Amino acid sequence: MDNHKGVLVCGEIAEGQLAPITIELLGVGRKLADELGEELSILLMGSKSGGLGQEAIAYGADNVYIAEESILDAYNSDAYTQAAANLCKKIVPSIMLFGHTDIGCDLSPRLNGRLGGGLAMECMELSIDPATKLLVSTRPVFGGNAHATMVSKSARPQMATMRAKTVPPAERNDARQGKVIPVEDKLDASAIKVRVVERIKEEVEGVKLEDAEVVVAGGRGMGTAQNFGMLRELAHVLGGAVGGTRVACDEGWAPATLQIGQSGKVVSPKLYIAVGLSGAMAHIAGCLGSKCIVAINKDKEANIFNVAHFGIVGDWKEVLPAMTAKFKELKAG
Amino acid sequence: MNIIVCVKQVLDPEIPPAKFKIDPETKQVIAPSGVPPVISVYDERAVEAACRLKDKHKGKITVISIGSEKASDVIKHAISMGADDGFVLNDAAFENLDSFGTAYVLGKAIQKIGGYDLILCGRQAADWGAGQVGSILAEILGIPVVTLACDIEAVDQNVRVKRIVNDGYEVVEAPMPSLVTVSSEIGLPRLPAGMRLMIARKKQIPVWKAQDIGAEASQLDKGNAHTEITSLTVPTRKTECEIVTGDTLSDAAVNLVSKLAKLI
Ligand SMILES: Cc1cc2nc3c(=O)[nH]c(=O)nc-3n(C[C@H](O)[C@H](O)[C@H](O)COP(=O)(O)OP(=O)(O)OC[C@H]3O[C@@H](n4cnc5c(N)ncnc54)[C@H](O)[C@@H]3O)c2cc1C
Ligand SMILES: Nc1ncnc2c1ncn2[C@@H]1O[C@H](COP(=O)(O)O)[C@@H](O)[C@H]1O
Repeated sequence: MDNHKGVLVCGEIAEGQLAPITIELLGVGRKLADELGEELSILLMGSKSGGLGQEAIAYGADNVYIAEESILDAYNSDAYTQAAANLCKKIVPSIMLFGHTDIGCDLSPRLNGRLGGGLAMECMELSIDPATKLLVSTRPVFGGNAHATMVSKSARPQMATMRAKTVPPAERNDARQGKVIPVEDKLDASAIKVRVVERIKEEVEGVKLEDAEVVVAGGRGMGTAQNFGMLRELAHVLGGAVGGTRVACDEGWAPATLQIGQSGKVVSPKLYIAVGLSGAMAHIAGCLGSKCIVAINKDKEANIFNVAHFGIVGDWKEVLPAMTAKFKELKAG
Repeated sequence: MNIIVCVKQVLDPEIPPAKFKIDPETKQVIAPSGVPPVISVYDERAVEAACRLKDKHKGKITVISIGSEKASDVIKHAISMGADDGFVLNDAAFENLDSFGTAYVLGKAIQKIGGYDLILCGRQAADWGAGQVGSILAEILGIPVVTLACDIEAVDQNVRVKRIVNDGYEVVEAPMPSLVTVSSEIGLPRLPAGMRLMIARKKQIPVWKAQDIGAEASQLDKGNAHTEITSLTVPTRKTECEIVTGDTLSDAAVNLVSKLAKLI
């Protein structure tokens, strides 16, 4: 008999608070749980999680499981997998949701391998099929050229990682009631084989890419690291940030942390200026949320023109300096 | 050091979106004619990572691929880069496997090969891109896994991996044998040349069937699949792009800036 019940969100804590993605997951999780007439639970890990129980309840959780061991303070793949697997064995959820984040991307496939579930990563949409009551997950495939929907007929839990900002955050209601349940089992330290030696933050000068109102992105067409520097100049004039395609980052013209796209950062500035990049779907996935996309490409057939609002067909070498000069003039005047 | 690399042969992900066609009935992609399949991008980087370790520590690289008989092309490509041996896993029962089925078959083949220190996978396949075969495989084999490597070193009996995280990177260590998934940040793959191309051309690539690796039919039965694709669609987008012109390209640039000035 299928005794799997309920939706479990794998929570994340950022700067002592529930991470924005976690509040989004509580929103979708609540909907899915209500459609099934089941409960919504969340797992919070680390010694900072203790104080966040009521918070998670206000955002929709019926049950908050708190695993406070200090070994869970920072992400460790082995420790998190063990803690999450232990809880799943105890509460046997039918559905488990993760953010498509550093933690979710590492943890969910491992947990899936351990529990024998069915996982869809990078989902843009989740729903319950009214007839079968199965979780239906929609995700990009073929680098975003197509979308697939997937179900798990019998494997449990049905798991999904969700892209950030694809659903609105859960609404807060402080009158909501729920249970805060401490997780009592201790982790087996001998099963923790992977050790984090150091974490290094890569500081980027100027505006942070994800927060920038203007992003100037370059691709293979820029040709050299020096040429790529011209994009920085334009970004600087506009108070924006620079990003690159995978090709540009591979070539070392921009650091890996500035890659935009499916396997890089997702940005949604007011203005996205794409220079010398073809607009492969895997790249576009990272900038589709931009208010206005501008393309400069010498190939009028380039896919970027299919998603851009304004474009110039031509060599950036003739376009970019004139643009930078004109913007400078406007800013000065 | 003995390294096994899992590589997949995929439809060239660089075909322009306009040429990308699917058959919604069979939920498959229709390969445009004249475009040969390629080694999945991240898997090629995994081969590169293996070659760098071999350059430093000596040892042997074995490459495996589940696919059609043509998958011997990607094995040969890996051999031309520096791998020593390879096997194609081809069987009617291996067609359209889900992530668990794929990991199961790879696991069986790896157990047959045996004697490994390190298994390398790509971070995700460039076609269906499930992004999970490596981690499931590690769980099946009961070995540690480190994902998203941008640098791999062997230090005594440990593998020391620099891995990509959102705002930089972290360095983690795991005892070998272990499995590492490789990201593109590891750097560009070497170009095969000279003697290596000759060696690869001459190499016989054995094909293993389900029974050769002891894969059980019940594990490959589509009825037991963990996940099933229920539909495949091509998203439609219709943005009207206004092409801005001028007497010269710099005039066009100036005209463009006037239009954009309102926005920022
Ligand atoms: C699973 C998967 C994940 C991926 N993730 C990402 C990702 O996160 N981010 C990403 O960017 N890519 C990603 N890719 C790669 C993606 O498919 C493309 O390979 C990549 O985006 C192409 O980069 P590009 O546009 O710089 O290069 P190209 O496609 O080579 O385009 C270069 C463009 O520059 C133009 N050009 C050349 N010279 C000039 C000139 N002088 N003036 C004007 N225009 C010029 C050309 O006309 C051409 O259109 C991924 C692929 C896969 C399969
Ligand atoms: N058919 C296959 N043959 C060999 N390796 C594979 C195959 N499918 C997936 N892999 C490996 O698993 C990784 C992740 O694949 P996926 O989880 O499907 O995105 C790939 O980068 C490969 O290293």
